[in-house]
Amino acid sequence: MPRYIALKLGRAVFVVWAAFTVAFVLLFVLPADPVDLLFDPAELNSVPPEVKEQMAANYGFNEPVIVQYLDRLGHALILDFGNSVQSGQPVLRAVVDVLPSTLVLAAAALVLAVLIAFGVALAATSTRRVWLRNLIEALPSGAVSVPVFLSGILMLQVFSFRLGWFPSFGDGGFRSLVLPLITLAIPVSGPIAQLLVRNFTTELHSGYVTTSWAKGSTRAGIVIRDVFRNASLPALTIAGITFGNLIAGSVITETVFARKGIGRLTQTAINTLDVPLVAGIVVLVAATFALINLIVDLIYPVLDPRLRATLAAGGSR
Amino acid sequence: MTVPLALPRPLSLRRLGDLVHQPILVLSWLIVLVVIGWAVAPGLFTEFSPYEGDTGASFAPPSAEHWFGTDRLGRDLFARSVYGAHTTLTATLLAVLLAFGVGVLVGLIAGFSGGLVDTAIMRLVDVFLAIPSLLLAMVVVSVLGYSTNNVALAVGISSIAAFARVMRSQVLAVVTQDYVKAAYGLGVGRLGVMGKHVVPNALSSVIALAALEVGTAVLAVASLGFLGYGAPPPEPEWGLLVAEGRDFVAVHPWASILPGIALAVVVIATHRISTSLRKEARR
Repeated sequence: MPRYIALKLGRAVFVVWAAFTVAFVLLFVLPADPVDLLFDPAELNSVPPEVKEQMAANYGFNEPVIVQYLDRLGHALILDFGNSVQSGQPVLRAVVDVLPSTLVLAAAALVLAVLIAFGVALAATSTRRVWLRNLIEALPSGAVSVPVFLSGILMLQVFSFRLGWFPSFGDGGFRSLVLPLITLAIPVSGPIAQLLVRNFTTELHSGYVTTSWAKGSTRAGIVIRDVFRNASLPALTIAGITFGNLIAGSVITETVFARKGIGRLTQTAINTLDVPLVAGIVVLVAATFALINLIVDLIYPVLDPRLRATLAAGGSR
Repeated sequence: MTVPLALPRPLSLRRLGDLVHQPILVLSWLIVLVVIGWAVAPGLFTEFSPYEGDTGASFAPPSAEHWFGTDRLGRDLFARSVYGAHTTLTATLLAVLLAFGVGVLVGLIAGFSGGLVDTAIMRLVDVFLAIPSLLLAMVVVSVLGYSTNNVALAVGISSIAAFARVMRSQVLAVVTQDYVKAAYGLGVGRLGVMGKHVVPNALSSVIALAALEVGTAVLAVASLGFLGYGAPPPEPEWGLLVAEGRDFVAVHPWASILPGIALAVVVIATHRISTSLRKEARR
């Protein structure tokens, strides 16, 4: 067991370090002249060479690449990703400032997405009408097929402009959260629902369910008592994918609804080529991804007795 | 002995008969074929120009003449959607081919060589999976510069890891099969076994993934276009069309919603087709 934990922890640390390295190579090494990236492309030609030289010295671009790399890595270890070029404030500060806004949106969307996914899986498993089942099973694939920007615009059109139920943009209060939340929950629910539908179907045909049938259980009873628990656990394994979907979805959702947050911050950072900010966001996102997967890897044996037994029997694996 | 490669089998009368029972699958193929037609010969599908419009007739609602209505400059939006298929689908095709080619090669090397090489490659794949693909694509395109080709490159790079992972797991499954051992026993070399048995048999699942990735890549290309990282404005690109109409969505909703729906329908159709290919691959 300790070796299992050490292995998973080591892997998580490696992923974060490697993501830092990938971001460094992409943003600081590959561009022919990283100093140029620090200026607005429209004004680039009017910038005097002395200013460029000054900037290069400030950002350490005159140092050998390996020195720059170690320097940035050392600072990144204490969560110092340098200063944003546009605002001048530390990268971590810029991220932490908008983080609550995205956290609220993502957490609420995740809850709704999980509810939708369970609803779809339960409905698909409970019905005996084949056409209805096929229709319900087609929903998740439809949910991931509709572009987030389209569903966002449709939401705005119907519920904000036509019906006037919700404000069309802004960050104020619960009412402004509703439309972005639904928009983001739709694509996130798709993969979870697909996995749950598959698991529910497999479990429904397994031995212990046959036993329950034989004992005279009803279909609803079996689905709720037996299938639900056993089929839900594996959904944890796609937590990482879900996180990725939430991040990608929030970039678009926050743009469509003009909300502040990590997504919009990322987009602005990319648009203005704010290299330190982009690098910082990439590393922090990868770190969060690694942390989520680490937590899932560590609590999975606690929740699933079979895996715990395997780990104990195998000793170190 | 080789297990038959699960590519779509030649059409027989019985298989054509099967299709009658799957009207949605037939419809999906029709939609995809029509859109490919848009991309190859847009002039056949619309008489309007995607670039020049009648400014007197700006924001005309959908009608028999202008199916999707017109935009701010009076350009026919159906024509812009038809011509936009070329931009979006070419970028998608490039992205999927790049991800498929590199991913298959990397996965094959990892799965076939095993040991340290495998570990090194797969840890690298982990890293690329840890960065959400839209974010990775945005970073890549910001470094390369905004253009449709760079969007294609960025989307392709961000999907390599998925292909590499599936290819590796397929290779690992095939290598343990009896016919591979038999081939070694008959004195076939490693490269021969790889080319003759491992690659063909491992590919079927990867091809099904490629079909799924087409839909995902269309969405990614359009999303980057929507955010403004793709083709510059006069160019008709599906994501850009939605973005251009977005500023006027309160008053003229069709300008952004109809091109968006066309895009969604195409993605849904490709997903339906990929589901049927996956079922074929499993058979």
